[in-house]
Amino acid sequence: MKTFVAFIRKEFWHVLRDTRSLVILLGLPVVMMILFGFALSSEVKNSNVAILDYSNDDASRLLIDRIDQSQYFSVKERLKTEAEIERVFRRGEARLVVIFPQNFQEDLSHTNQVQVRFIGDASDPNTSNIVINYASSIFRDYQNELNEQKKLPYTIETETRMLYNPQLKSSYNFVPGVMTLILMLLGAMMTSVSIVKEKETGTMEILLVSPMRPLLVVLSKAVPYLFLCFIDVVIILLLAIFLLDMPIRGSLPLLLAESLLFILTTLSLGLLVSAVVDSQQTAMFLSLVGFLMPALVFSGFMFPIENMPLPLQIVSNIVPTKWYYSIVRAIMVKGLGFSYVAKQTLILAVMTVVYLTVAIRKFKIRLA
Amino acid sequence: MSTVRVENIKKTYEKGQVLALDDVSFEVKSGELFGLIGPDGAGKTSLFRILTTLLVPDAGRAEVAGLDVVKDLWKIRQIVGYMPGKFSLYQDLSIEENLNFFATVFNTTVAQNYHLIEEIYVQIEPFKHRLAGKLSGGMKQKLALCCALIHEPKVLFLDEPTTGVDPVSRKEFWDMLDRLKARGITIVVSTPYMDEASRCDRIALIQKGKILELDTLDQIITRHAQNLYAVDADNRYNLMNDLRKNTEIVSAFAFGEEQHVTLPPHFQDKYLSEFLKEKGHTGIKVRKIAPTIEDTFIKLMLENQ
Repeated sequence: MKTFVAFIRKEFWHVLRDTRSLVILLGLPVVMMILFGFALSSEVKNSNVAILDYSNDDASRLLIDRIDQSQYFSVKERLKTEAEIERVFRRGEARLVVIFPQNFQEDLSHTNQVQVRFIGDASDPNTSNIVINYASSIFRDYQNELNEQKKLPYTIETETRMLYNPQLKSSYNFVPGVMTLILMLLGAMMTSVSIVKEKETGTMEILLVSPMRPLLVVLSKAVPYLFLCFIDVVIILLLAIFLLDMPIRGSLPLLLAESLLFILTTLSLGLLVSAVVDSQQTAMFLSLVGFLMPALVFSGFMFPIENMPLPLQIVSNIVPTKWYYSIVRAIMVKGLGFSYVAKQTLILAVMTVVYLTVAIRKFKIRLA
Repeated sequence: MSTVRVENIKKTYEKGQVLALDDVSFEVKSGELFGLIGPDGAGKTSLFRILTTLLVPDAGRAEVAGLDVVKDLWKIRQIVGYMPGKFSLYQDLSIEENLNFFATVFNTTVAQNYHLIEEIYVQIEPFKHRLAGKLSGGMKQKLALCCALIHEPKVLFLDEPTTGVDPVSRKEFWDMLDRLKARGITIVVSTPYMDEASRCDRIALIQKGKILELDTLDQIITRHAQNLYAVDADNRYNLMNDLRKNTEIVSAFAFGEEQHVTLPPHFQDKYLSEFLKEKGHTGIKVRKIAPTIEDTFIKLMLENQ
């Protein structure tokens, strides 16, 4: 036990004296949260719109005003001819062009039917979809206002409620995502590098010629990173609550406990890598390509897993990030209790035990 | 009684492509200071790693303190002290922290075995808060020795401990080994420096994975007595070429500024001076010398080629 404590103390010295790594360990979550929170927003705001208004009557002007006033759009340019549309898109001056036909108001009030054209820039399909949806809703609202005066024979009104995230804030999506990625990256990479470093600098050679048991070496390596990763979780949660106004709906102790479990999973994965690999560079590369990439692709954070082809959906099941991501979303966003995340928890626990067992088994008690 | 016993050890790397040790056998007696002398790549480090249980030999067996290096792995790891060729302590830990750490690893404390390291440690103690990575070569060596000694090992394996250390520190280091030997610790040390051979009780000359000769230094030199001469002349380049072209001469090697020339047993120095005069050399100096361990090693190397 005394040896174990001495080992852990030594590991803390390594971590705390390596200022560069420490800055990465504690700075990365802050940077990621701020980036995702303020810079990399998937909400589309203030898109530039160009207007081609052939009628120029009260109704069209009212609608143009409404478009301009909405937080999603700002009307940048009035076009004269259709020939100009091409130019506007080519120069990237507008994401959307709205074309009002001639006699817009007249046709609307007399024939009860009129067509408005939206032309979007689909070189970025997601954004143009969102932009056109926003614009359509402005016209729909206007139409509903007109309809209130007369009773139409058949109308279906759709009432939409977005549960759990009524304002469709992107932070509800990325905070769990950032937590997952950070823990995966730091937990797996830092631990794998730390053991391999002992091999590379030759200190492992002395450690091996001692009565130290592999289990002790491996476990003591994980302890400081367990602490640091846990601090990262706390940092992320604090930033989410106080900077991004994102509430934690479920139980905080449960969330922390699940995070601790996931940290253990990533640490054991890191230990597994370090037991097999011999150079710090390989360890780093393996962590980045082998863990971060799948973590990004298969967590469901960036790409919905349900949309993937079946083989990939099956593959996603062996990626631990998928399970943790769904746990965090369930607890943080939906406010669900343990019974709803029991399955994911069990899967993570089994993964941890498997990784750790293999890591200790694979730990070389000799040099070659 | 022998503390280290090596029998027919063979070790290859790269799936048998590279032969590191070829049928090596020797014994080290208890309390002996035993030197493995040979150039880089001779197989010294492989041998050390096998004896410290870090590598498994392809064939043959080895014992340390009566324990088998393959089977009794954990027992051996408790009783040997090992100092690898490359400085292998924690560079980001201070002298004191390194020492305390290794003491704990071996389930002991610095206080308990302080008497063993005291003489060495007092020299680096003034810097005990300095990080190991910021120490000079000689100080690193002393710290590494302290760490290898802290658990009072029965056998000490030192792989090229004096490589990259200044001459004064080297001498101090060997003085320390003498004192450790006086305490009854068996020491196996390797070095590429021939001049350090004289500090060992017995030496093994090792080259390309084979032991060329094993005995006390004097015995080895006497056994391989040579008719050796130190030769110098004004034009050293031509001197070297002329000597090497002469087929009567057994061998000629540049040795500092002089050439060490071995002649067949019945030849005399007159032969050399006459030969060189004939070749038109001026300022010829020829004197008979007693061979050093280096001369002997070169002779053995040539014989084994």
